[in-house]
Order: sequence, then C-alpha cells, then structure tokens
Amino acid sequence: MPRLSYRRALTRALADELARDDAVFLLGEDIQVGASMVTTGLARRFGADRVRDTPLSEQAFTSFATGAALAGLRPVIEFQIPSLLFLVFEQIVNHAHKFPLMTGGQCAVPVTYLVPDSGSRTGWAGQHSDHPYSLFAHVGVVTVVPATPADAYGLLVTAIRHDDPVVVFAPAAAMDVRDDVDDLVPVPLGRGRIHRFGDDVTVVAVGHLVHDALAVAEELADQVSVEVFDPRTLYPFDIDGLTESVARTGRLVVLDDGNRSCGIAAEIIASVVERVRLLAPPRRVTRPDGAVLPFAPALDRAVQPGRDQLATAIHLTMKDGS
Amino acid sequence: MTDADPVRLYRTVRLIRRFEERAVELVHGGQIVGGIHPYLGQEGIAAGVCAALGADDVVAGTHRGHGHVLARGADPARMLAELCGRVTGLNAGRGGSMHAADFSLGVLGANAIVGASGAIITGAVWGRRRQGRDTVGVSFFGDGAVNEGMLLEAFNLAALWRVPVLFVCENNGYATTMPIAGAVAGSIAGRAAAFGIPAARVDGQDPETVRAAAAAAVDRMRAGGGPELIEARTYRFDAHHTFEHAVRLDYRPPDEVTRGRARDPVRIQGERLPDADRAAVDAEVEATLDAAVRFALDSPRPDPADALAYLYASGLTGRTGGG
Repeated sequence: MPRLSYRRALTRALADELARDDAVFLLGEDIQVGASMVTTGLARRFGADRVRDTPLSEQAFTSFATGAALAGLRPVIEFQIPSLLFLVFEQIVNHAHKFPLMTGGQCAVPVTYLVPDSGSRTGWAGQHSDHPYSLFAHVGVVTVVPATPADAYGLLVTAIRHDDPVVVFAPAAAMDVRDDVDDLVPVPLGRGRIHRFGDDVTVVAVGHLVHDALAVAEELADQVSVEVFDPRTLYPFDIDGLTESVARTGRLVVLDDGNRSCGIAAEIIASVVERVRLLAPPRRVTRPDGAVLPFAPALDRAVQPGRDQLATAIHLTMKDGS
Repeated sequence: MTDADPVRLYRTVRLIRRFEERAVELVHGGQIVGGIHPYLGQEGIAAGVCAALGADDVVAGTHRGHGHVLARGADPARMLAELCGRVTGLNAGRGGSMHAADFSLGVLGANAIVGASGAIITGAVWGRRRQGRDTVGVSFFGDGAVNEGMLLEAFNLAALWRVPVLFVCENNGYATTMPIAGAVAGSIAGRAAAFGIPAARVDGQDPETVRAAAAAAVDRMRAGGGPELIEARTYRFDAHHTFEHAVRLDYRPPDEVTRGRARDPVRIQGERLPDADRAAVDAEVEATLDAAVRFALDSPRPDPADALAYLYASGLTGRTGGG
C-alpha cells in the first residue's frame, strides 16, 4: 500500500484536477517554485499560464479569481499565510460569496482558496499563526479542514469541482502526517467521519487535532471509551452524523484550534444541545478568548489547545454525568 | 463594431436621463425603497464608452451604476422592476440599485464597494480571452476609487499581464461630499502613468468625445495593447444619493452647481440631431419608460419564503434562523 503525506496528497489533488479540467488554474505567490512545497513541479508540468505567480497583491488577485470564475474558469488560489485571509476577507465574502444571490442566480463563483500550513507553525508569531476557519463558517462560505492525507486529497478535489467558493485549511500540524492510502477519491462536503468508535463520550476534533484526540483516546482507553468524530467540513456541518454519535454516547467535548468566543466549538455545542439531551454539560477546549499567538515556543504552545486539556475535559464530563 | 450613430448615442443618454428622473420619482413615491445614486449628468460617459464595445465585451460598474447597465442595452422595464424589488427584475429583486446585473449582456454588475470592479473585470477579461474569445472589458469607477488600494493593485495586474481593460474614471469632483482637492494627492492620470498605463483626459459631458476616446482605446486593446485609462471629467447634477433630497448637505457651492448643470450631455448630443429626429427619440423613450414603470409596478414581489434563493450556485442550503 503506498504511503502518502498530507502535503503530497494536496499536490496530487491539484495535479489531477489540472489534468482533468482545462478550466482549472492556480494563482498565488511563489507557487511556480513551490515555496509552500505544495505546488512543487506543477508549473513544469502544466506551464506558467496555468500555474501563475502573482505579485504581492492579495486583494487584486483574489478578485481577479472571482472575475475569472465569472468567465467560466475554476481558479485555485494558494495563500502562503493564514492571516492573509484577513486581508482578502472582503473580496471573498463581499464579492465571491455574495454574487450568486445578489445577481438573482445569474452566475457561479467556483473559486478554491487553499491555505497550506494554517494555524501555528511554531515560532512564526502573531501575524502568521492564525486559524480563522470559524469566520468563514460564520459567513456561510464552504469551509473544510481535512485531517488526513486521504481526506486532504478528496476534499480538495471536491472543493475545486464545487460551484461555490470553498476555503480549504490544511493545518501545519497535519501537513507531515503520512498514511497508507489505497485509492484517492473525492470526499463529499458536509460529511463527517468517525475515526474511532466509543461508548462514553464523543470528542469532536477539527483538522490536525483529530490526531491529538486519537492519541488521548488511546491513552485513556482503559478508563473511558472515547469516540472521535472528525467533521472534515465545518460549513456545511454534518450535524446529522454528529447527532447520531452524541445520541449514543450522551457526552460531548469539542477540540478546536480557534479562539473561544464565537468559535466553531460554540456552534457545534449549540447545534448538538438543540437536538440531544446530554448526560453532562458539554465542554470545549480551544484557544483562549481573543488569542494572539506569542512568539516564544512555550507561549505559542500554551495558547493552543493541548492533549492534557482534552484529557481533563473528558474526565470532567465523565464525572459530571456520573 | 463601434456604434458611431449620433441618433443612437442620443437615444442612450436620453433614456438614461429620463430613466433616472422616473426612478427618482419612484423613490419619492415610496415604490423604490432604500433610494438610489442618480447617474444624472454623467450619462455621456456610460453611453459613449458602451457605444465603443462589442457584444462579447464585459463591463462592471459602481454604486452609481444604472447608466452602465442601460447603456449596454439592458431592458429598462426589467431594470426598473429590479429597483422596485420585483421578481421580474434583472436580478429577481435580489440586487436592487447597487447590484443590478445582466450577465447575458456582459454586465457583471453594479458594485457597491468603491474600487472593486477593477480586479473583477481584469479576471473576467483574462478568463474569457483564455477561452479564445476577443473580449475587452471596462471597469467604471469614480474619483473616490482612485484612493482604494484594491483598484491600484488591479491597475498593476492588468498592466503586468497585459489584460485589455479600459479603466474609466468618472471624475465628478466629489467622493460623496469630499472634494477631489481634499482627497487626491497627485493626479488620476498620474496613477495610470505609474503603472505604464496610457491615460487620456476627456470631456465626459460630450458623449461623442467619450465615444471617440473609448473607441480608439478599444481598437488599440483589440490589436494587442494592454489596459488604458480614460479620465472623464463630469458633473453630478443631483445628489450623491436620494437621501440628500430629505437631508440637505451643504458641500457644493450653488454657482458651481449651476455651472456644472449648464454642460448637459443630453442637450449637447441632442443639438446634433434635427429637431424632428430628436422629438421622435424623446417620444419613443417616453413610451418605453411609461411601459417600464407599468411593468415594474405591476410585477409581483418576491415571496419571503424564497428570501435566500440563489445563495449558493451549488444548491447548498443552510439552516433557517428561527426556532
């Protein structure tokens, strides 16, 4: 069985879609040389016209992609740094996302915004370490955060083929995950995945945190039976799949690398408790309110949700409900 | 491809003028909710520029965008129905004044965000040309937009990648109430020059002058030239927005307004026609607009149950807000 890294899975998805559909092209900074090591080799194979390096003009090239999409193409933009999404939030939300409704259905804007190495890369400090997926889920832009190489491939392919804008977060902490992958296939949007079945508590983990949740579940295996649910897509969210899980376990903990207030963890908990009567109050493990990642490695680490916090939250929710 | 017929050019400016006057009446009558940014006084620019375009070209406009949509040949009845929020509107009542669009005519929409159209049009033209089409594009914007970084980035991209976009600055002297002297360091043409974009300054009140300048630019662009800029000096005859009809804002000296209104693009173009021809056009425009008003006001309003129709082209639906 071939082993594939998450990063290479993204490369494969881009290459396969470029080969499959002439309307697909890539746009971004330093993508011809592949500074992010995701677009490596693609310019040589597909040419500089379809793998286009841009000047440092994020707002213009984001709306350029909107225009190209309106003309029938399927642009994929790579953003080297997650915080650039703040710079182009206007172009994505106010234009790309709103065009279909505002025009009464006259157009589609199939643009994919790929953010490799989102979240902390350790030591990249305040302006390079954000994980703003909750913002896009809030405004209703399709938002995916794959955890595994197979899902990275499958969700990126689906994003490119999707007729609306999609933001794909590829967490830095997942980029070097390797997996045995049999076949690479598209993964549907809005469909979660249970990585580990359990009876006592459902842990929802987003992106790279799925691997932390699995490690904690294994550590605690002799004390508590933990189910690990990976939503894969944050918007639209697989609330039916999660409800089914929580209805069985009766307990819910959410592990989310976003800031606490108005983060996706809050939305997940609210959506579940609207539907399910839990055995214990739900808990969430997140970055703190209003967090800015400090530079020093120990501080950077301290602000991110960790395995110890998750283990504590699981213990507390088990105690609460007993 | 260029339409140099003086009668048709007059018809376009006259249609926009009377459309806007009728629309203002409908605002005052409460049939258009939310108000409009009247294009009154600036008609010669949309009419002149669009007369220089072909069927496969694309344009995107501004919050003061009715003229651009009409000059591309959009149905005035469906345009007015859009302003009145009816399902028969160009955008099915989902866009209104500031987002009116007609993709079948290459009108990629009025756009309410100042300076936003430049990059969108640049991408749309590049995208169409990549599919083998001979498209050129026009990005309309006002003098206020020349201080938006997003637009200046678009100048750079279009020039760098030689995308044939005609950047048309409708310089009416005011960004809402801010006079250009208080807002623009350097010059508008100088911004184009900084990116190696040829720029022409023309009298925006003369539709023929605008048409000739646009046609020359479009010819050069179709022959393989990169983007160009036209700064069309103009004057807004009415308010920035119809809310000013209720709230008087004191920012334009009365004698300046009088002088500005004296150079009227509709009169200037009309005087080039024999009286009988002009009267015939006027009557035809009036009949068209009478029918348009009737059509708009007789059209059904959208069903609130469909408020979020068209939100996703993919057909995705979100949860509702209640309960």
